Amino acid sequence: MRRAERVLLWAAVAVLAVIAFAALWPGVLATGDPLQTDVRAALLPPSSEHLFGTDQSGRDVYSRVVYGAGRSLGIGLLATGVALVVGLVVGALAGVAPRGVDAAMMRVNDVLMAFPEFLVALVVVAMLGPGPVNIAIAVTLAAVPVYVRLARVQTRTLRHAEHVEAARILGVPRLRAFTRHVVPGVLGTLSVLATIGIGSSILAAAGLSFLGLGPSEPTPEWGLILAGGRNVLGQAWWISVFPGIAITVTVVSATVIGRILRARADGRAT
Amino acid sequence: MKAALVRIAGLAASVVIVLWGAATVAFLAFRVIPGDPVSVMLGPLAQVSEAVKDGIRADLGLDRPPWEQYVTFIGQLARGDLGESYQLRMPVTEVIGRQLGPTLQLSVLALLIAVVLALAVAVFVRGRAGRAVAAGIELVVLSSPVFWIGLVLLSVFAFGLGWFPVSGTRNPATIVLPAITLALPVAALLSQVLRDGLVQAERMPFAETVRARGASASWFTLRHGLRHGAASSVTLAAYLTGSVLGGAVLVETVFARPGLGRVTLAAISDRDLPVITGIILLSAMVFVVVNLVVELVHPLIDPRVRATRSGGAR
Repeated sequence: MRRAERVLLWAAVAVLAVIAFAALWPGVLATGDPLQTDVRAALLPPSSEHLFGTDQSGRDVYSRVVYGAGRSLGIGLLATGVALVVGLVVGALAGVAPRGVDAAMMRVNDVLMAFPEFLVALVVVAMLGPGPVNIAIAVTLAAVPVYVRLARVQTRTLRHAEHVEAARILGVPRLRAFTRHVVPGVLGTLSVLATIGIGSSILAAAGLSFLGLGPSEPTPEWGLILAGGRNVLGQAWWISVFPGIAITVTVVSATVIGRILRARADGRAT
Repeated sequence: MKAALVRIAGLAASVVIVLWGAATVAFLAFRVIPGDPVSVMLGPLAQVSEAVKDGIRADLGLDRPPWEQYVTFIGQLARGDLGESYQLRMPVTEVIGRQLGPTLQLSVLALLIAVVLALAVAVFVRGRAGRAVAAGIELVVLSSPVFWIGLVLLSVFAFGLGWFPVSGTRNPATIVLPAITLALPVAALLSQVLRDGLVQAERMPFAETVRARGASASWFTLRHGLRHGAASSVTLAAYLTGSVLGGAVLVETVFARPGLGRVTLAAISDRDLPVITGIILLSAMVFVVVNLVVELVHPLIDPRVRATRSGGAR
């Protein structure tokens, strides 16, 4: 079981490494220009020349998927990173706030947490209006509640942990003891959760783009490429199927890494 | 008797508070967000003089102070009046009411399929290897975009094998693929939770007693394990409803079906604020009702909850 787990972990890391490489240097992996149209080569099935086939305007789907990695991975990392920091600050504040304030904050947070991320993100886009920047904001906001909750619980436990009490007895000022000894511990727990969060943010962002609320054509974005294939699904399944596989593989990898890390962290704690 | 009345009053109050909160957030959000609603309403191409715009503003009451607008808005809501759609020039309640049916049908069917699927997996999949495989499949389903699952099902079963019609609403068979698409992620999540409950129940001391009595493994699952699994999945009901609602927007788009999903999408693209507010309030209402049902049903499944509530001890 241990061995199988290790194999799974490294397989997931390898997959994410390839996708990260595609995100950073898409030109190396792509076989063509993601925006180059060629009407004579429209709707060609996958072949050695066009690995994932071509779309209605003859663009190479494989190259578009490769160039789309940056946007999806970027929004996943950015949304998760910002959500983590916001969650840490709000959660830590709630953790040290007076009881009434804490209870009110957690009540609101629990309501937000009761909804799936995609629905929260959709409501935020409904309020802000469509657009690529707005979907990034929406996906980030939707991710925040989970971190707030965990940061608050962790702050509450760590505040009275032995090493923090010891630091206080040694004469470390209250604020310094908090930033040096409580916050790093909370951050550690949150970052394990964040690995899983990257996957769900990518999913939510792809969903919003698919609905046409995000970036517009001809941007190579996984959700958008998928949506583009919807109308010609009967003749060209490859346009929609391959970007979907890219999303699934990325999200599965991030989730697997996150779950294994979490299991290890839990095992160490108990 | 008195305790029951107090409890009912408390629940009713919480319903009103949640709805009022949702309405206030929606109102505030639309006031804070930049952009003139009248210009948005008319569209970017409209050549309209400022005087006409001012007229529309006065019609909609947008020229009055925010506080007054808020009071009018809440007052109308209290009477069940959600205002008029900017785009469709119809009362919002009518816009939503007309499209509620198809979405409700789809969601209920999807939930049914999901529950049946999850129960079947929980009861029939046993042993370490089987459960590991089920967990793997659930992970993949939960990690796949629901709209992609829909498109794959469409290309295999509608375009490839021709078992189902591609789209349309006349033929009742058209609802099958969308319902399955919507059901799959919900089933995966539900089955995860059910299995966690089952595994926990199997490790409890009472499981030993049941086995010692000579009960078979399937009897244990049906009679005891599922109850433990169900207790934890009931608390997820609101979340599952939310994922069905969010999923419905995507699935209706994939299968080109009419319904609330399409209304929502159109309202978002057109910035039709009254319709968006109406849909947010409807979702809040569904959320509150589902939570109420959970509150009432949970003690029936899990006697431990009953004991803590009536005893007052925590």
